[in-house]
Amino acid sequence: MHEWSLAEAVVETAIDFAKKKQLTKLTKIKIRVGELQQIEEDIFRYALSEILKLKGDFVKDTEIEIEEEEVVLKCRICGHVWTGKEIFNILGEDDKEAIHFLPEVAHTYTKCPSCGSTDFEIIKGRGLYIDSITGDKS
Amino acid sequence: MIDPRKNIIKERLESIKRIVAVSGGKGGIGKSIISTLTALILKDDGKNVGLLDMDFTSPSTHIILGQEKLPFPKEEKGIIPLNIDGLSYLSIVSYTQDNPTPLRGEDITNAILELFAITRWGNLDYLILDLPPGIGDVLLELLVLTRKIEFLLVTTPSSLSWQTFIKVVRLLKEQNIPIIGALLNMVNSSTYGFEEKIISSGVRYLGKLDFYRDLERYIGKPDEIMDTAMVKELKDILEDVL
Ligand SMILES: Nc1ncnc2c1ncn2[C@@H]1O[C@H](COP(=O)(O)OP(=O)(O)OP(=O)(O)O)[C@@H](O)[C@H]1O
Ligand SMILES: [Mg+2]
Ligand SMILES: [Zn+2]
Repeated sequence: MHEWSLAEAVVETAIDFAKKKQLTKLTKIKIRVGELQQIEEDIFRYALSEILKLKGDFVKDTEIEIEEEEVVLKCRICGHVWTGKEIFNILGEDDKEAIHFLPEVAHTYTKCPSCGSTDFEIIKGRGLYIDSITGDKS
Repeated sequence: MIDPRKNIIKERLESIKRIVAVSGGKGGIGKSIISTLTALILKDDGKNVGLLDMDFTSPSTHIILGQEKLPFPKEEKGIIPLNIDGLSYLSIVSYTQDNPTPLRGEDITNAILELFAITRWGNLDYLILDLPPGIGDVLLELLVLTRKIEFLLVTTPSSLSWQTFIKVVRLLKEQNIPIIGALLNMVNSSTYGFEEKIISSGVRYLGKLDFYRDLERYIGKPDEIMDTAMVKELKDILEDVL
């Protein structure tokens, strides 16, 4: 479960940011996760809450909002555009697990459904971002 | 919008004493063999050593180590590198099984970011990085993500590799990145004055490795390769600097 290491990254980053902005309490972190990341939301939420517990009153009751962004791929050869459902429905468990570890290896396991090319652009739906951080100022 | 992965990298690399990237510009000059042997030499010397294959499109260190296929690394609050011949080892091959992986700029940037953010190397004396040729996405992204890095450069006694070598040197010097030194690889008879050229470029000249006709015999046999004259030569070169 590498969700844990990503959760750590989110919490550290949010706390750094909030302290720089001199917030006295961190009330909400809004996270956007690319579908390609294949993160298990339950595990990710659990990891976030466990890590937050270690960080004291500053993050007591911090609300977590997670939004998943759908993957959209565009073939560089023929221009065809396709989405996450078409990718993940046909993949085997091992292939999915490989992508879960390292999303970029989607290039190994996914082909353009129209022309068969593996040279495609990931238009959206990868990576992990903090969209917003909300808190109280004294 | 913040990418939190960038933020955690410093912490992930904290438990590593020295990060040494093997580079030098041109393709096919021996970076992969030298980085792998360097890792093995340091390990035999009793150090804790990691080896990361950063050539995502043409990885080759696993071949030198005799691993046709690699399992998935274990997941434990992140990923734990494999143990291959006593090295903490990571290569994209675990995830691609040597299928072609056409990665471009953005993909490479994201793959490096992800790997550095989720890998738990643990306590290492050295992490050796095998870089792909040229001043490309991998080298540039690496310099964006961490400054805790030194370079071991390789070149051959040829004006053709020199052209790229000197560009890498300039790039690193402009960014104040430490260069441990440079070694000349695949020396046949003459070094054609390239020692002097290296020195006059302001880089420490570390020594030369001969061209070993029989090297192919030892590819994939990490135990046997450690008894070769090439490894002995490399040990002598590295002794003072690593
Ligand atoms: N000193 C040497 N003597 C003989 N053969 C060598 C020597 N050094 C490297 N080689 C051989 O040269 C070839 C290229 O080496 P290697 O793959 O390490 O280069 P590289 O710089 O990593 O290449 P790339 O830029 O493609 O990653 C290999 O077949 C390797 O066995
Ligand atoms: Mg190489
Ligand atoms: Zn297509």
